[in-house]
Amino acid sequence: MDREQVCLLKEIMEVSFVLDETSLYLDTHPNDERALRLHNNYAQKYSEIVSLYEAKYGPLQNHNMSQYPWAYINGPWPWEFDYRLC
Amino acid sequence: MWIYEKKLQYPVKVDTCNPTLAAMLLEQFGGADGELSAGIRYLTQRWTMPTDRAKGLLTDIGTEELAHWEIIGTLAWKLVKDASEEEIKGTPFEAHYVNHGKSPFPHNAAGAPWTANYIQSKGDPIADLHEDMAAEQKARATYEYLIQISDDPGVIDTLRFLRQREIVHFQRFGEALMIVQEDLDSRKFY
Repeated sequence: MDREQVCLLKEIMEVSFVLDETSLYLDTHPNDERALRLHNNYAQKYSEIVSLYEAKYGPLQNHNMSQYPWAYINGPWPWEFDYRLC
Repeated sequence: MWIYEKKLQYPVKVDTCNPTLAAMLLEQFGGADGELSAGIRYLTQRWTMPTDRAKGLLTDIGTEELAHWEIIGTLAWKLVKDASEEEIKGTPFEAHYVNHGKSPFPHNAAGAPWTANYIQSKGDPIADLHEDMAAEQKARATYEYLIQISDDPGVIDTLRFLRQREIVHFQRFGEALMIVQEDLDSRKFY
């Protein structure tokens, strides 16, 4: 397993978790401008880091673009990663 | 609709091979207060929610619960994937193994299969949000029992994360309840 891939995926998971939290909070506090700014900053960061990951390791979602051959199916799948590597 | 994202919500680290612990963790995979129940419960209740904020919240928490279900399945899988038949024999996982092999299955720790009887959707937003708040507390209590019986540091770390999420969801459902209550009050004219 590629340690670099594990590290980059964990970074994505971290940024993505911020978005999990900000979106739940915003669902019940839609007028909190400061929280919304935080959300938008991380949404931007998220799309940048996902592009970086996908260029190297293939799409995270099957709606995204892939190099030839179709790389979405490439392992390791999320339950197969050894997250202790990074 | 839903689109799968090829990642877990939290990095699942497992340090040991432990079929007994895997069998106990299935309580949260297919038990009454488990993640499958949570996801199906919240996603089912959306149609009759009166306010946009509650619709959004049930959608997002329901979706997060499916990600938690995936985390529990991963914990159970990693705890048994390297187990020999000798290591499985005599453990509570043995009864699971003779039917499902090493695949996780949505039943509880005692082997009772998942059923829709575990959830409610009353078509009444006040009743539903109270049910949801109670469900989060019951899941928190289950995670505390599981943390107490776990001796794998990686598993404990993941269970602590999931326990924390129950508390956040409880908080958000409480806010949604107040929002819905205010909305219903503002519509009443005598």
